[in-house]
Amino acid sequence: MEEILNLLKDNARLSAEDIAAMTKKSAAEVEAVIKQFEDDGVILKYAAIVNPEKITETKSHVRAVIEIQVAPQREHGFDGIAERIWRFPQVKSLYLMSGGYDLQVIIEGESLQEVAFFVARKLSTLEGVRSTKTHFVLKTYKENDTVYVDEKKDRREGVTA
Amino acid sequence: MNTRPDRLSEKMKTIPPSGIRRFFDLIIGCDDIISLGVGEPDFPTPWALREEAYYHLEQGHTSYTSNWGLTELREGISTYLQKFGLDYSPKNEILVTIGVSEAVDAVLRSILNPGDEIIICEPCYVSYQPLAELCNVKLVRLDTSKTGFYPTAEAVEALITPKTKALMLCSPSNPTGRMIPADELGKIAEVVKKHQIWVLSDEVYCELVYDENKHCSIGSFPGMKDYTIVLNGFSKAFAMTGWRIGFVCCPKDLMEQVHKLHQYSSICAPIMSQYAALEGLRSAAPEVEKMRVSYQQRRNLMSKRFAEIGLPACEPDGAFYYFVDIRSTGLSSEQFATTLINDYKVAVVPGNVFGEGGEGFVRCCYATEIGKIKEALNRIEHMVNDYRK
Repeated sequence: MEEILNLLKDNARLSAEDIAAMTKKSAAEVEAVIKQFEDDGVILKYAAIVNPEKITETKSHVRAVIEIQVAPQREHGFDGIAERIWRFPQVKSLYLMSGGYDLQVIIEGESLQEVAFFVARKLSTLEGVRSTKTHFVLKTYKENDTVYVDEKKDRREGVTA
Repeated sequence: MNTRPDRLSEKMKTIPPSGIRRFFDLIIGCDDIISLGVGEPDFPTPWALREEAYYHLEQGHTSYTSNWGLTELREGISTYLQKFGLDYSPKNEILVTIGVSEAVDAVLRSILNPGDEIIICEPCYVSYQPLAELCNVKLVRLDTSKTGFYPTAEAVEALITPKTKALMLCSPSNPTGRMIPADELGKIAEVVKKHQIWVLSDEVYCELVYDENKHCSIGSFPGMKDYTIVLNGFSKAFAMTGWRIGFVCCPKDLMEQVHKLHQYSSICAPIMSQYAALEGLRSAAPEVEKMRVSYQQRRNLMSKRFAEIGLPACEPDGAFYYFVDIRSTGLSSEQFATTLINDYKVAVVPGNVFGEGGEGFVRCCYATEIGKIKEALNRIEHMVNDYRK
């Protein structure tokens, strides 16, 4: 089971037939396992990993990591305010953190101004938010196991091995 | 120009160049050819190992090491080998070499006298025979093709004469991927002890074994340490082919001879390779396992496709090679490989270059990305269909 999941995590476009061949199972078996993963919410969705720097035709793209300190709420702890934050479509990731701040938000927008405006207008004014610190992302080297800056090339030459 | 007719070694002139190398010369500069020929991992060395070498370069650790290799590395190897039931002292029974190839050469030259006989189980890796021949011995070829591509104790014993000095084994095997079953290995061990011969055990693929298979070293059988030379290295499992780092383990009296040869011919293995290998023993087990699983998946994919194409092949137990029977096409190994590369743009290695029993087969390496394996097998299917008509 885990083997199938690992294969899909690396390449979600592998066909059930290929996965079946690679794991010595039948295609029907593999399809059933994948369906179960989907039904159980283990597999949330299948999506392409896009390198925004390589897209020439879209508008510019800005990402920021924002550290937020909040005052936890009596009934809901951090979950209440977290929900108010993640519902914004600009919020791409949200984590509850240990250490010097409480929530880490990753925001995407078309411009610096747009992101700054969103933080000033929406995030910092939320009830319970005590402070925010915004860090703009300058370059992505690696994300979720995918390297953005590497050139893939098979350098092997024939030898006597 | 030096026109002296005897200016080259007569012995060396009789040694043919590697049949694998010859085939690769055909593909240089051809981007549309998919190569299933290269016998090396398609992964780069795990980063922690590269980073370790980088650190030591930065620190200026660029000297020779002891001829034996770094003490910590030999200690690490000694501990590592315990998982295969092998017990070698890092002090004087383990020597770090420049790949397994140097170790094979040094050991052969340390045990063989002119006129001795050495039994070589074929098909096998291409360096054994030439290196043995340079010692002016008689090669006794054991064709394993009739017994599932591994030697049986019975077949070994049938070839033993009073002149037999050594037996060369490789399990898991290059080029067939077959392993010698543990019970057969135990029987071979009895034959070895009975006739008092050396056994050279090339175990470089010991980590790359699939399904329920477990590597078994002939040196782990009772009383076998006195007769066994374990040859192993980091190239395959740790994806370190270019670092040239191997090791040899054998009894002290033989090691004294091997050590002399190593100190005169190589001095020591490169120090940064040794540090990287040491880091590999410390931290790379999870990455080695990840690579192993990946090879297994690609082997499985090949198994299915070869079955669909109708080319018989024993599913490999280990290593990363498929040894495929192409006799149904009516072509020889060389003809098949040459046609495949010229007309269908896939490179494989013809089986005959690996010795007796290899004719009629080709070696396909599956250390290549899935998409290329699938496309290569589609092309092989085309060719097989064309030739079977």
